[in-house]
Amino acid sequence: MPAVQRTAAEERIDSRSKRVTGLRERAGDRAFRWFVAGFGWMIIALAVMVGLQLAVGSQLTWTKLGAPFLWKSDWDPVAEKFGALPFIYGTLVSSALALLIAIPLGVGSAIFLAELAPRRVSDACTFLIELLAAVPSVILGLMGIFLLVPAVRSVEPTLTKFLGFLPLFRGVPYGVGLLTAGLILSIMILPFITVITREVLLAVPRSLKEAMLALGATHWETVVGVSLPYARSGIAGAVFLSLGRALGETMAVTMVIGNTPKISWSLLDPSYSMAAVIANELTEAVGDLHLSSLIAIGLTLFAITVVINGLARLMIYRVTRRGAAA
Amino acid sequence: MIRKSASLLAAICLMAGPLAAETITINGAGATFPYPMYSKWFDEYHKIHPEIQFNYQSIGSGGGIRQVTEGTVDFGATDGPMNDEQLSKVKGKVLHIPTVLGADVPVFNVEGVAELKFTGPILADIFLGKITKWNDAEIAKVNKGVKLPDAPITVVHRADGSGTTYVWVDYLSKVSKEWETKVGKATSVNWPVGLGGKGNEGVAGLVKQSPGSIGYVELIYAKQNQINYGSVKNQAGKFLKADLEGVSAAAAKAKIPADYRVSITDAPGEKAYPISSFTWLLVYENNTAEKGRIIKDFLNWMVDKGQGMTKDLSYAPLPENVRLMVKKTIKTISAGENAGSSKNGR
Repeated sequence: MPAVQRTAAEERIDSRSKRVTGLRERAGDRAFRWFVAGFGWMIIALAVMVGLQLAVGSQLTWTKLGAPFLWKSDWDPVAEKFGALPFIYGTLVSSALALLIAIPLGVGSAIFLAELAPRRVSDACTFLIELLAAVPSVILGLMGIFLLVPAVRSVEPTLTKFLGFLPLFRGVPYGVGLLTAGLILSIMILPFITVITREVLLAVPRSLKEAMLALGATHWETVVGVSLPYARSGIAGAVFLSLGRALGETMAVTMVIGNTPKISWSLLDPSYSMAAVIANELTEAVGDLHLSSLIAIGLTLFAITVVINGLARLMIYRVTRRGAAA
Repeated sequence: MIRKSASLLAAICLMAGPLAAETITINGAGATFPYPMYSKWFDEYHKIHPEIQFNYQSIGSGGGIRQVTEGTVDFGATDGPMNDEQLSKVKGKVLHIPTVLGADVPVFNVEGVAELKFTGPILADIFLGKITKWNDAEIAKVNKGVKLPDAPITVVHRADGSGTTYVWVDYLSKVSKEWETKVGKATSVNWPVGLGGKGNEGVAGLVKQSPGSIGYVELIYAKQNQINYGSVKNQAGKFLKADLEGVSAAAAKAKIPADYRVSITDAPGEKAYPISSFTWLLVYENNTAEKGRIIKDFLNWMVDKGQGMTKDLSYAPLPENVRLMVKKTIKTISAGENAGSSKNGR
């Protein structure tokens, strides 16, 4: 969290640390400082090294195909033609869809758990939701194949019938595709959004809420007027943590997305994601350019994650500043 | 306390026992399709020769070829033979040793239809997206008496790169010029139509659920999971439902070159199942004395005793003529005899 509002507590800690340095740091303290600083740097070094390694591994693609690799849309390992666009599209759309479904559900259930439910019910439910987060993604993928796909297939003709005027809902009801991938992803990220949002809502000072209620506000007005604005940076954090997870999710997505590198407007059509194509083709990629292009997709995914996280930081920064100013 | 440490000491001595005899580890990596067979062989061989340990990582054919090229393993394994360009990148010579055979079968889900016959061109046209309905005249022609529905065909293929795909598209390339020029063959290809399932289980799962779908899986997978599959017309004009005999027969009748890099899809012979393939071990011609001796001994054991174990795991064994050929080839592997001229002394 960037230091936007320097609270009194932070000020205090700062001045104290100055005092310690002023008092001549002891050898043990210094050693400890270097020690933990080393760990901090190691994390940064790790991220840089991942990026470097991906860049080196994908060099052949960048020299041979260049930047058009990013917006070309054919993927033909036999003819050695590679373009990443269908995968970028599939990843972004399925993740966006997942957020679209999971945010209202997650925030809604978090409000219930934090504000309305009796404490005991709330704790029990939270425990169960946390369990949901611990389900391995391959299990969710299997569940997707055997339960979700047939269910979606049976619903799809109805969707086409009533919403078919939108290009989003046209096409053959395969059952697998972007819609199913978005659904399975939303199930995966729902626990994160719910649990974190509940925690931040519980952290809203009681006095604020009580003041609001004392002024005659309804429960609803308290939640919308006090709790949610107070907690918004925490909720935004939860959303972006989930988005990061959705972007990189491999196993569950590849099992239900249909694995077809084509860009289509319809959510019912099969698609492909970046993580899925790497997992699927890396082991048997015999050609050098094929292998390098898969690593290039990895680098692109890495870059997208960095950019999205950066934007998230920026947004949280803006939101909290506006919150402070208001 | 004393008793505890004494038993600990004994345990350490016991552990040190086999260590003292010095275990020799032979490292290999490659194809996943024959992994169950290889792991059984390495296990059985280890029982006879406790001092030798084979360590095989099933990382995929592509990875196997790369590791052999880089010389980081003692042997590799692949489902598709290495091409000339790949072979030229390896220091020293690499030999392809066929070990067992596998096959692909077409699986389908058509309402009310239990048995279907396919020909190569029909399969190619379905996978090209040219035949789109089950009651297409071409399909009806070879399936007289079968009530075919007026339903669209959904094609399901493997999404992950795999030897299974290689064999399937290799066959389609042989029976259809259009397939050869438009799509070609590799472990992953640019599919003209259809959905991708991950692994045999992904394809089988999608086919099972989607009415009107067709896909392909490994024969072993279909057998172990009791999935019904269609028969395919071979070169001699016979419709065959794949079984181990048919697969071995395909290898028996095919012309095998000295380096074994051969595709046996669409093989001649009345009993030959047309979508069959070898899987190969990749070994260096020149090895250090010790490892060369072990690898030769293992390969000899594999073509004699080892072949007897294949059927338990639903792999098709090498036919007799190929087995004898391989025995001769094993003799040409050197175990340090001309190490002086060799650069890859591992």
